[in-house]
Amino acid sequence: MSDLTRMTAEALSTAISGGEVSAEEVTRAHLDRIDAVDDAVHAFLHVSTESALAQARAVDKSRAAGDEPASPLAGVPLALKDILVQAGIPATAGSKILEGWIPPYDATVTRKLLDAGVIILGKTNLDEFAMGSSTENSAYGPTRNPWDLSRIPGGSGGGSAAALAAFEAPLAIGTDTGGSIRQPAAVTGTVGTKPTYGGVSRYGVIALASSLDQVGPCARTVTDTALLHEVIAGYDPLDSTSIPQDVPRVLDAVRLGQREGVAGMRIGVVKQLRGEGYQAGVLESFDAAVATLRDAGAEIVEVDCPHFQYALAAYYLILPSECSSNLARFDAMRYGLRVGDDGTASAEEVMSLTRGKGFGPEVKRRIILGTYALSAGYYDAYYGSAQKVRTLIKRDFENAFTAADVLVSPASPVTAFPIGEKVNDPLAMYANDLATIPGSLAGIPAMSVPSGISAETGLPVGLQIMGPALGEERIYRVAAAFESAYAAAHSSLVPDSAPELEVSAR
Amino acid sequence: MSGSHVSTVPPPSSQHGTNLTRDDVAHLAHLARLELTDQELDTYVGQLSVILESVASVSSVTAESGDIEPTTHAVPLTNVFRDDVVRPGLSHEAALAGAPASVEGRFRVPQILGEEQ
Repeated sequence: MSDLTRMTAEALSTAISGGEVSAEEVTRAHLDRIDAVDDAVHAFLHVSTESALAQARAVDKSRAAGDEPASPLAGVPLALKDILVQAGIPATAGSKILEGWIPPYDATVTRKLLDAGVIILGKTNLDEFAMGSSTENSAYGPTRNPWDLSRIPGGSGGGSAAALAAFEAPLAIGTDTGGSIRQPAAVTGTVGTKPTYGGVSRYGVIALASSLDQVGPCARTVTDTALLHEVIAGYDPLDSTSIPQDVPRVLDAVRLGQREGVAGMRIGVVKQLRGEGYQAGVLESFDAAVATLRDAGAEIVEVDCPHFQYALAAYYLILPSECSSNLARFDAMRYGLRVGDDGTASAEEVMSLTRGKGFGPEVKRRIILGTYALSAGYYDAYYGSAQKVRTLIKRDFENAFTAADVLVSPASPVTAFPIGEKVNDPLAMYANDLATIPGSLAGIPAMSVPSGISAETGLPVGLQIMGPALGEERIYRVAAAFESAYAAAHSSLVPDSAPELEVSAR
Repeated sequence: MSGSHVSTVPPPSSQHGTNLTRDDVAHLAHLARLELTDQELDTYVGQLSVILESVASVSSVTAESGDIEPTTHAVPLTNVFRDDVVRPGLSHEAALAGAPASVEGRFRVPQILGEEQ
């Protein structure tokens, strides 16, 4: 059997259900890989060796007993972003304020994964409370990009994306508020989807900005991403923003795209999502991707979205406002860190000291900004106006979707940048989400699929594909068609070109 | 109490931009119950003013566009109800397991009122 860590989730699942390999062997191969490379990559904050192996043995036992597999992904390992809770496994959200906290319950997505027999290998690194685009804001140190260990893996879900690119796991879970699934996927040459807002339950996900946060699937191929999407999606009565709709048939859509390409589809190129701030190598890869889609049968149209220019501004009012409110729960009373409780300090003083010590610089910056934007006399001008800008952006999308079935753009304006380059310049860091934020504000589904390697930097570039609300099937069809065409032209996929990591001797 | 202090900051639509003072930032940090060091205050004053200036465009564009409904969900939902049925919650022990301090099966918290109150 070939190297188990290089196989897709789809192939692993077939091999496990066909008895060619056990779930335990597959799990051990990935745990060994983590052991060998994660000192260098630092994708994981916690590796759940015992519980992962116990889960794998249960899958093998069930198969030996002749039971049907629990799901098409039974026995396949996964990396879980450390912002979703799993009972009995530490959860930090990348923050010191939660160091050592063991959650007493499972997130709905965690529960669905466990019920599906997906093996949870551990918890992945992220920017503190998912605030960032580089994973440098993690209180536990940055994750490194497997393509070049001196560079960032994107953020906030840099740990999940790096785990995929380093072949530590074939599947991962991310969360996307302004681009935290799509931008890391782009800069690590992997695939990631932000579903329609409300498409995947957020019960048990530590909240950042409640009107934006969405959980989504990540993998190295479009098919694997679709398989995972179908496992985690669907209505959940425990999440009041959950959409009462059936799980989208994204795997069928992938098969359709692989079989028939994008024949007869209209694909819109967003005029506003290129130009200033976008690297030449990124645009070159994007233009080549558009040409590939044209050759695969699509009609290419240009669409105009004039209000996208206000997206970044609206986002950096809405997000801080909502996070300042959500993070008020970290008050040193019921769980997490407590500092300065000396018997004379008041609850308020303890709260203030704890939050000052427990939160990192970016979190504090956003809490203060949000507190300002929500203050009496400023709410209408800031948060209120920003929510109205969302409507203008949503209308731009609605207009665009009358002319096109899906929209495309680069997923990240730049390829992976060096660690440390933007840490002291918040505005430069915020601009990394230029292309992903409009879709977040409108709540539409969007994904990033590798479009190739930038000739300028030698690093991967992501193609963003956006659909109308509940239009998951369309974007997966286009992603699959593109991936097939790319594979045919290059005789391999982008993740296969990632450099071999030096394996540390143990 | 807080409103009067914060409202000394120029409004966001002001032509003079949005320059927060060090005192403004200290006051906002107090409202958010965030103990900041002097160095943090110095850093944030400059950074926050730059960020606020860059986001001010939202009020001018919405002012030009007339009456607009705010958006909060891609698929608007109203009145989300669930059936009123009993389901298991956390056990007493599980709820207290993560507490920084507990006593006699309850959360132990610092005194609510400080010396001066």
